[in-house]
Amino acid sequence: MSDKKLIYLDNNATTPVDPRVVEAMLPYFTEHFGNAASRNHPFGWAAEGAVDKAREQIAGLIGADPREIIFTSGATEADNLAIKGVAEMYKGKGNHIITLETEHKAVLDTCKKLEKEGCEVTYLKVNRQGLVDLAELEAAIRPTTILVSIMFANNEIGVVQPMKAISDICVKHQVLFMSDATQAVGKIPVDVKELGIHLMAFTGHKMYGPKGVGVLYVSRKGPRVKVTSQMDGGGHERGMRSGTLNVPGIVGMGKACELCAEEMEADATRLSGLRDKLEKELMKVEEVVFNGHTEFRMPHMTNLSFKHVEGEGLMMTFNQNIALSSGSACTSASLEPSYVLKALGLGDDLAHSSLRISLGRFTTEEDIDFAIDAIRTGVNHMRELSPIWEMYQEGVDLDAVQWSEH
Amino acid sequence: MAYSDKLLDHFKKPKNVGTLDKSQKNVGTGLVGAPECGDVMRLQIEVDETSGLIKDAKFKTFGCGSAIASSSLATEWLKGKTLDEASSIDNMDIVEELELPPVKIHCSVLAEDAIKSAIKDYKSKNAE
Repeated sequence: MSDKKLIYLDNNATTPVDPRVVEAMLPYFTEHFGNAASRNHPFGWAAEGAVDKAREQIAGLIGADPREIIFTSGATEADNLAIKGVAEMYKGKGNHIITLETEHKAVLDTCKKLEKEGCEVTYLKVNRQGLVDLAELEAAIRPTTILVSIMFANNEIGVVQPMKAISDICVKHQVLFMSDATQAVGKIPVDVKELGIHLMAFTGHKMYGPKGVGVLYVSRKGPRVKVTSQMDGGGHERGMRSGTLNVPGIVGMGKACELCAEEMEADATRLSGLRDKLEKELMKVEEVVFNGHTEFRMPHMTNLSFKHVEGEGLMMTFNQNIALSSGSACTSASLEPSYVLKALGLGDDLAHSSLRISLGRFTTEEDIDFAIDAIRTGVNHMRELSPIWEMYQEGVDLDAVQWSEH
Repeated sequence: MAYSDKLLDHFKKPKNVGTLDKSQKNVGTGLVGAPECGDVMRLQIEVDETSGLIKDAKFKTFGCGSAIASSSLATEWLKGKTLDEASSIDNMDIVEELELPPVKIHCSVLAEDAIKSAIKDYKSKNAE
């Protein structure tokens, strides 16, 4: 395989910054470098004006009021602020939080930390397609429940949770509903008022904006939500998040949101077409398992397990040319296979064999054709090397084999 | 992960991939690891009964790049060795040769286990 071609199919990890976004940001490094909190001179006014505009662009994308946008350093900080901030602010009402097993670590590890500090957390299971069970959710609510935190779209499998139905349950029981919408905002329509979301975290770098800037949406009315700040200082962002605003980043995120609002529909249509082609071609390979939900899902990605092939090894056959991700243990920092795939009920062997392929605004049909070919070739090559593929072909029942665990 | 050129070479052009006839008396087979753990290694040796030397070695591995490279290297090293010499191959020799990063040391351990398991199989088949 040639070294010259480089195809990026890992847009769920991060997206490139749209050149139009870069262009919008540049003046705010040099010409308009002011501190948005400098209220008494033109440098500050220019920065504040740019931040106000970005707040409107971002609020516009998600159907919020600009005053409901709290800037953070990213989605991880926004998740932390939402969950810890609610736990602290509403501790008089209760100490119980409900979330999902398949949440991002930014939510799960925040919840684990709170458990050590006296909170109680319920981690709901998901079904084989990755969806939450609404009856289980409702049954888990207690008088002490203060927050339900359920992600909008999953980063590994792309399943989209029934946000409105979850919100209805939360409203009925007067529990706040927070969502980590990092993977959804900018890619599918998200309207916080229509869906009844009270707090929502998302970030610039998953929607063709810069890294290092994120947002926590905090509802101002129906209900009026407050979170206790987790960062003390100058009292920026209505006292909820102190720290000098990252003006160029915020301008970039604003522009990125504006572009998403304009182009999301066309992008989604085009990318789901390419994704479907990729998926259809790869599913023609023998012994491939689809992970996720075929209907309630993000338009730009797929997750497939190629049985009897290990994901990191498979990726090494084409990673000089193609960038994507695997749920294999060998690609994770923890050396454990994907906990999201395991939560779906997949065996560890299938989690080790999975590839996550996520397309983006700059993916072309040529890229997809190249990827189909390279992945297919890689799978065939790795299966020729695989003793368990040979055993499978000989009709050996792999479940009955006594493996020597190590 | 950044791998050494030697490792990448063994991964891209693995040596001695294949299957020996395990029903032959002079073939020893080692199958170690588990699919749930993300690696399974099958290593086979064919012993020349007159000289007692390993005249051929083959492997198939389900696993990451390091596991495949470790088994490829192991089969290269095995050929021409006596069983005693083969038994003395240490996983740290593989780590050194392929410059395996610390998180991949278990791949070399698996290769050593596979060698020992293949020798054990050969010996048990040939124990009179």
